[in-house]
Formats: sequence, structure tokens, C-alpha cells
Amino acid sequence: MGNGTSIGRVRGLGSAKSGTHHWLLQRWTAIGNLVLVAYLAVSLLLLPNLGHAAVSEWIARPVPAVALALLIVSTFWHARLGLQVFIEDYLQDANRLAAMIALNLVTFAGAAFGLLCIVRLALGGA
Amino acid sequence: MAQAGTKNRPLSPHLEIWKWGPAMAVSILHRATGTVNATAGLGVLLWWLGALVSGPEAYATFTGHATSWYGMILLFGITASVFIHAASGVRHFVLDIGAGFELDINKVWSVLSPLIGIALAAAFWAVLLLR
Repeated sequence: MGNGTSIGRVRGLGSAKSGTHHWLLQRWTAIGNLVLVAYLAVSLLLLPNLGHAAVSEWIARPVPAVALALLIVSTFWHARLGLQVFIEDYLQDANRLAAMIALNLVTFAGAAFGLLCIVRLALGGA
Repeated sequence: MAQAGTKNRPLSPHLEIWKWGPAMAVSILHRATGTVNATAGLGVLLWWLGALVSGPEAYATFTGHATSWYGMILLFGITASVFIHAASGVRHFVLDIGAGFELDINKVWSVLSPLIGIALAAAFWAVLLLR
């Protein structure tokens, strides 16, 4: 020790081991959510009707399909980060561990299901 | 809480000791709406996509619930929750750059954020139902 910058000598040594990564990811995904939810809301209002044919025809198009797939990733990621804070604040010990495992499984499963639905609609499997 | 000899001792500041203000309310509202969005909001989104993939009959079941009185109340609640969370989320971006911490301006945006969210949700449903 004794060489390197002062930040380099202390980085990673705190009790949390990392700094603003979680906080930054929450913000990056929040920007994604803002843009993509606004896109979904405006698109739903611009559709001629919300019947099965009109909606599935819309989602099958490339731009809506990609936007909705990104919406799934961004919202589920953001939800996972937010619910993690919720769990850390209100649960302790074994309950916290169990809740975190369940949270990871549910958010990954939910996002996978959403993406599969969009792929099937986009590639004509449905 | 132990009562012996504590009669005139000062209480440590905890949740119940603070007078409620707009900044506290919008903070807890941001967490509450975020939790609603993450559970009910994403749940309904997946149900909608799953019903679309499953075909017109499953989609009719979904829209049957969605257009019923309880479905409309639930969907309006989710929409309001999403827009309120988005509005107070934008407020957080402003606070993140170090702006908006002066007491009076902080209070103004604490009050306005949820109202803007509710107004956006109402506007969305007005356009949806009246077009």
C-alpha cells in the first residue's frame, strides 16, 4: 500500500463492497420505463380498437414488438431492484433470504414469460 | 417499551413522532405505488400478453374482466399508480441533480407530483373511453 490514488486504496473496502451500482441501475431502468410506458400508453390510445385482431396485429410489427420486449426487460429489472429495497427494509434474516430468492425467481420467470409471448406474437406462432 | 423511570425522558424520533408533511407523504406514496406497479401492474401486463397469445377466446375472457365494473376500477387504480409513480420518479430525477431542495419549492412539487399523476391517468382514460 501507500501508492495509487486515494480512491483506489479504499475502493471495495466498505461494508457494502460496492457503491452506487444499484442506485444507478434503478435510474437507468427508470428512464427506460418512462420512455417505453409512454410509448405503450400512446400506442394503445392510437389503436383503432383494443380487440384481439387489432392488438395482435400491432404487436406483430417490428417496432412495437421490440419496444414491448424492451418494456418487459426494463420494467421487470426496475421492479426487481425496487422490491429488493422493500425486502431489505422490512424483512430480516431467513425471511429476507427467502424473499430475495423468491423475488429473483418470480421476476426472471415473469420477464421470460412476457418475452416469449411477444416473440410468439411477432413471429406468428400464435 | 420499558416504562420505569421514563416518564419525562425525551423520545427518540421515530415515524410516529413527526408531523406529516407533503415530502413524507410523496415519499411513502412513491414506494406504495411502485409496489403496486411491480405486483398488480406487471401481473396484469403478463395476463394481457398471455391472453393475446392464447387466442381470441382467452382474450375475450380477459377483456370481459377488464371491462367489468371491478376490472375498470382495478385498471384505473393501476393506471393512476403507474402515472403517480412516474411523476414522483421525475421529481426524484430533479432531486438527484441537487435541485429542488429549498423548503417552499420542495413542498410545491411534493404536492404537485401525485396530482399530475392523477391528472395524466384521468386524461388517459378520458381519451380511451371517449374516442
